[in-house]
Order: sequence, then C-alpha cells, then structure tokens
Amino acid sequence: MSIIPNILFAIILIAGIGYFTKNVKKLIRNINLGRDIDVSDNKPQRWKNMARIALGQSKMVSRPIAGFLHIIVYVGFVIINIEVLEIIIDGLFGTHRIFSATGIIYSCLIGTFEILAFLVFVAVIIFWIRRNVIKLQRFWKSEMKGWPKSDGNIILYFEMVLMTLFLVMNATDVQFQAMHSGNVISQFITPLFSGLSDGTLHMIERTAWWLHITGILIFLNYLYFSKHLHILLAFPNTYYGSLKPKGELDNLEAVTKEVKMMMDPNIDPFAAPPEDESGEEEVAKFGASDVQDLSWVQLLNAYTCTECGRCTSECPANQTGKKLSPRKIMMDTRDRLEEVGKNIDANNGVFNDDGKQLFGDYITNEELWACTSCNACVEACPVSINPLSIIIDMRRYLVMEQSAAPVELNNMMTNIENNGAPWPYNQMDRLNWKDE
Amino acid sequence: MSELLKVPTMAEYMAQGKQPDVLFWVGCAGSFDDRAKKITKAFVKLLNKANVDFAVLGTEESCTGDPAKRAGNEFLFQMQAVTNIEVLNDYEVKKIVTACPHCFNTIKNEYPELGGNYEVMHHTQFLKSLLDEGKLTIEGGQFKGKRITFHDPCYLGRANNVYEAPRDLIRKLEAELVEMKNCKSKGLCCGAGGAQMFKDAEKGDKEVNVARTEQAIEVKPDIIAAGCPFCNTMMTDGVKAKDKEADVEVMDIAELIANAQDL
Ligand code: SF4
Ligand code: SF4
Repeated sequence: MSIIPNILFAIILIAGIGYFTKNVKKLIRNINLGRDIDVSDNKPQRWKNMARIALGQSKMVSRPIAGFLHIIVYVGFVIINIEVLEIIIDGLFGTHRIFSATGIIYSCLIGTFEILAFLVFVAVIIFWIRRNVIKLQRFWKSEMKGWPKSDGNIILYFEMVLMTLFLVMNATDVQFQAMHSGNVISQFITPLFSGLSDGTLHMIERTAWWLHITGILIFLNYLYFSKHLHILLAFPNTYYGSLKPKGELDNLEAVTKEVKMMMDPNIDPFAAPPEDESGEEEVAKFGASDVQDLSWVQLLNAYTCTECGRCTSECPANQTGKKLSPRKIMMDTRDRLEEVGKNIDANNGVFNDDGKQLFGDYITNEELWACTSCNACVEACPVSINPLSIIIDMRRYLVMEQSAAPVELNNMMTNIENNGAPWPYNQMDRLNWKDE
Repeated sequence: MSELLKVPTMAEYMAQGKQPDVLFWVGCAGSFDDRAKKITKAFVKLLNKANVDFAVLGTEESCTGDPAKRAGNEFLFQMQAVTNIEVLNDYEVKKIVTACPHCFNTIKNEYPELGGNYEVMHHTQFLKSLLDEGKLTIEGGQFKGKRITFHDPCYLGRANNVYEAPRDLIRKLEAELVEMKNCKSKGLCCGAGGAQMFKDAEKGDKEVNVARTEQAIEVKPDIIAAGCPFCNTMMTDGVKAKDKEADVEVMDIAELIANAQDL
C-alpha cells in the first residue's frame, strides 16, 4: 500500500493549520494594539455569560426564526466536526472509518451527523433565500455593499458544499452503506449513483473525502478574512463583555486625576506640572480618534462582529434615516485595524503613520452626533458587542481634543459650566417651582 | 397653587440638626422646564401625602453632568460630579430619589467611582415601595378603564433594567395597560438621550420622537405614560406633530397617581 496519500494528507493538514495559526497570531497582535483595560473581575459571572450567550445562544432567539435556524447550523456544525477527527486519523494512518469499530455507537453518531448535515443544508438554503430573495432589509444597508455582501453568501455556499460532500462521501461508500445502519440520509442519495461500478463509486467517495477535508481547512483559513470569525471570537467576546449596567459609561481616569488636582485647594495651580521619571511630560490623549486609542476589548468587539445588523435595525437614528449605523461603526473599526495591522507587517513591526485615522477617514462627524446613547444596539447584539462605547470615545476626542462639538451642544455645556443647568437659568432660581 | 407644598431643604434640616430619610434630587428639567415642574410638584404632593421625611438641595443642586458626559465632555461631567458629591457627602446623604432617569443613572452608576455612594431610586420605584409599605394608596379614580401605554425611558429600562415598577403602578390605577410594538428591553428611544435634547437632529427622513409617537398611537391609548421629563417633552411634541392632542395625553406616572386622588 502506498503511503503517498498519507504524506500528502499530512502536508495539507500542516499547511492548513500552520497558516491559520499565523493569522491567529496576527489577530492577537492587532487586538493588543488597543489600550489595556482591567477585565479580571468577577470571573464566575463572566463564565456564566459566555456559557449563556455564546454557548447557549440566548440572545439569538429574540428573533425566533433566525434564532432557530442559527441554532441548527451552529449545533450541526460543531457536532459534525467530530467527524473531522476520524477523517484526520484515517488520513494520517491510511485507515478507513477507524471509529466504525465501535459498532452501534458509530452508527448512532454517523446517523446524527447525517441528520444534522441535512438540517444544516436546509437551514443554510433558507438563510440564503432571506438574504438574496426576500432581501431582508438589514442585509441591504449601504455598509453591506461589496465584500460584506459576498462574504455572507460565500459562507453559505461553503456550508452547502461541505454538507453535500459529507453526504455524498457516505452515500458512495459501499462498505458503509452495506452496514445498513447510520446511513439515515445517505441511503436516499445512494440510488443517484446506481449503475456505477464499485471502482467508480470508490473514486467518487475518495474525491468527496478529499474535497471535504480540504474544504474544511480552507474554510478554517477563510475565517480570519470574514465575519465568520465570530464562531471563534464569540466566546472570548462574551466573556469579556461588560458586567455593568448598560447605562454606566466609564469615568476617564486621566480626567479624574486632573479634576482632582484642579479642585484640590492645597495644590498650587501655577506650579509646573509634575514630570514622570523619564523626565518627559506625559500627555494623555482624551478619547479616541484611531483604533490604538480604543481598548483591546473594543477591538476584540470589532473582530467578533458578525455583521448581522441586529444593532442597526434597532437603532432609532438609523430607523429614521440618519447616517449612523452601529454595525458600520464596528465594521469600520475592524477595517481600520486591519489596515493598521498590514501597515505594521509592511514596516517590520512598527506602525508608519499613514496620515489616516478611524475618525474622518472611516467614521464621520454626522454619524457620531446622531446617536441618542439609547443602548438599543448593545441590547440587540447577540455576541455582547458595544458600539455605543466607541461612539462615546470618539465624541470625547472631538470635544476634549478638538473642541469640535456642535454649536448647540457647546451652548448647553457653557450653561452647565456657568449656572449648573443645560439651559441659561440662574442656579439661585432652582427652587422657584415650589411657589409658582 | 391652592395648596401649599411642603418642600424643606437640606440646609433647613441641617440647621435643625436633623437628617431626612431621603433626598429628592429634582434635576434641571424638574427645576426649570415648565412641563417638568408639574411632574415635580405632583411627586411632591405624593411625598407630602405619604408623610415622607424628605428634603431637596434647592439652590445647592447642580446638573449631574449627564448631558455633558454623553456629549463627550468628560471634564465638565467630572467637575459637576465632584462638586455634587461634595455637597451630598457633606450632608451625609444616604438615599436619593429622583424623577429623572438620567440623574438616576448617573448618580447610581457613575458617581460611586468618584466617591459618591448612595442608594438611588427612580420615583416609580420609590412610589411602588410606598405602596408596598402601605404608606400610599392608589385608587383608579378618573383613570379607571382608560387605555394607558407606557413608554420605557432608555435610561430606566435598558440602562438599568427597571421595567416593572412603573407598570405595576399603572395597573394599580385599574387602567388597561397596553404595550407598544417595541417595549421593555426593545423599547424605542424618544430621541432625547445622549445630549440630543439640546441640539437639532442630524439629517434624516423622520424625527425619532415622531416614530416613537406613531408606535404609541398605533395601540390607541388614551394616555401615554412617561417616567422621564425628557421623554415627556419628546412624546408631547410627537403627539402635536401627529395632530392627536385631542385624543392622547402624555403624563408622568407621578401625575397619574396624584391626579387619580385629586391631589
Ligand atoms: S446607542 Fe446610538 S448607535 Fe446604539 S442604537 Fe442607540 S442611537 Fe443607535
Ligand atoms: S455589532 Fe452585534 S448586532 Fe451589530 S452587526 Fe455586529 S454582531 Fe450584529
């Protein structure tokens, strides 16, 4: 028996996993470009959230049809991949269906895989119809033109092809069909190949087997370039998701320091600012104008976004025709982060200023100022992404670094500064209502 | 005002060496906005009726800083916060009630890190607790059988998961509580949050408050109940824009309860 297939298999496997690992490293490096924040608190609650939201898909079912179909694809995909283990062992050692020695257990397993494969196939077709025939509004917003739209469909085609290959592989496996157990779905496909010689059947079976495993490896490597990355990142992302009430925005520490200093009567306001040990003056930047100013959790959010548009379809600004789309905020953040990452790759590990940034080149004023901070997007996201936090960080940059708030807001803030209310009323009149 | 409201200030309490059970944080809208002042008074009437031992800061109160923070001005926010916290801590305030979900959210969630730790309640939660303790009774009165829909304020609902207290109070009025297409955690914003109240909306094809009012009008209510002075303004404007002033009234929960007992 030739060992060439085994060696070929090993090479494909190593190449596939190797390239994937390389991209995962890049992914981690890019995420780490973000500011550090401490998310080491309350681990039990974090695990619970991950189990409930990522593993248990608890947020998906708020839209019952999509939620149900998604659970089929998700469960199907995860479980069918147990089969990959057998394929890898068979491929490396030249065995055939090594697990079939387990008899009835094997039949049950393969039977389940086949049913799931069939269900996944059907679900994926319905997904495709929703996207392309029914044209569900949220998949046709302006940010979904071009690559994001193709990406969504490519994933569906991938799954259709993989499921088909799996079933064909089983249907044309003469020995397997002869067992008459576990072939719950494939037995109905076998007749399509009737009349073919055993040799031809074997050829088809082998081809399907090889295509199936190479397909899986290609798909694995496709993830990094796709919104499909969420199947992996949903887990860390829900783990690191905020545990605070949604209404709570973080208090900027750098500001707290300065405010404390300004309010402290014991500090001489005219004294030179304290210098740190290196002798250089640390100038803290307030808010975010580019991806490096965001926290690494916000960057992880961006890679996790599955572009489902649930956030955007719940967004009051978007619903009333404003340019703001929380999904686009996440997609822009990811695109810019990728651009920065490529820049670093091209310049031997250091970022070379490209004269671009997230604010202005990707996200505009008009989008940022349309947000009502209502948290509908945060609530809607099935994988605990917070687009609002990015919007607020960018507003902070505009207001505190650029003094570029809309005029009316500047008036409002001047009022607060001067008389403690957003309107020009005297603070001394605050209790007048009592006697009116 | 026919009947005199009892509104003691913290300074007065301090002068007598006393400490009230709870501080009523009135907020900027509640102090200055003509519509919101009515809500403030309705709430005070209920406090007086239930003999609640409360006080206000009066002229010592200042904006919580919420609109500044949401507009991105963290400096101004923290200046306001630190100043307010100093006043509150000097008076040794333990418990705060407010009729504004924005003040509620800011003091409850964002002040602790800056040194302000208080038990904070929204007025609907507070009224509910008065009811549970038997200090306040609610009768249906003029609202019996009326169709009332509740608009969830984002900063009470989604932001802080308070959905039931206002609804429980409406049910107590023996009114028919009807829910809009988007309610509770899926409630649609009125359009005022995030400092939008103080500026014109960005370019679009509709105003958010009109979209929300349309959802409300769809369920044919007699009254749109609100729990936030800003939502109140937005919904009132929405009703006007839809020419429905004759059929639909926008009222705060505190007003509903006060009116039901002819206070
Ligand atoms: S918080 Fe802002 S972006 Fe998110 S849904 Fe509300 S208005 Fe839209
Ligand atoms: S942020 Fe969340 S809800 Fe919005 S598109 Fe991405 S995954 Fe979907």
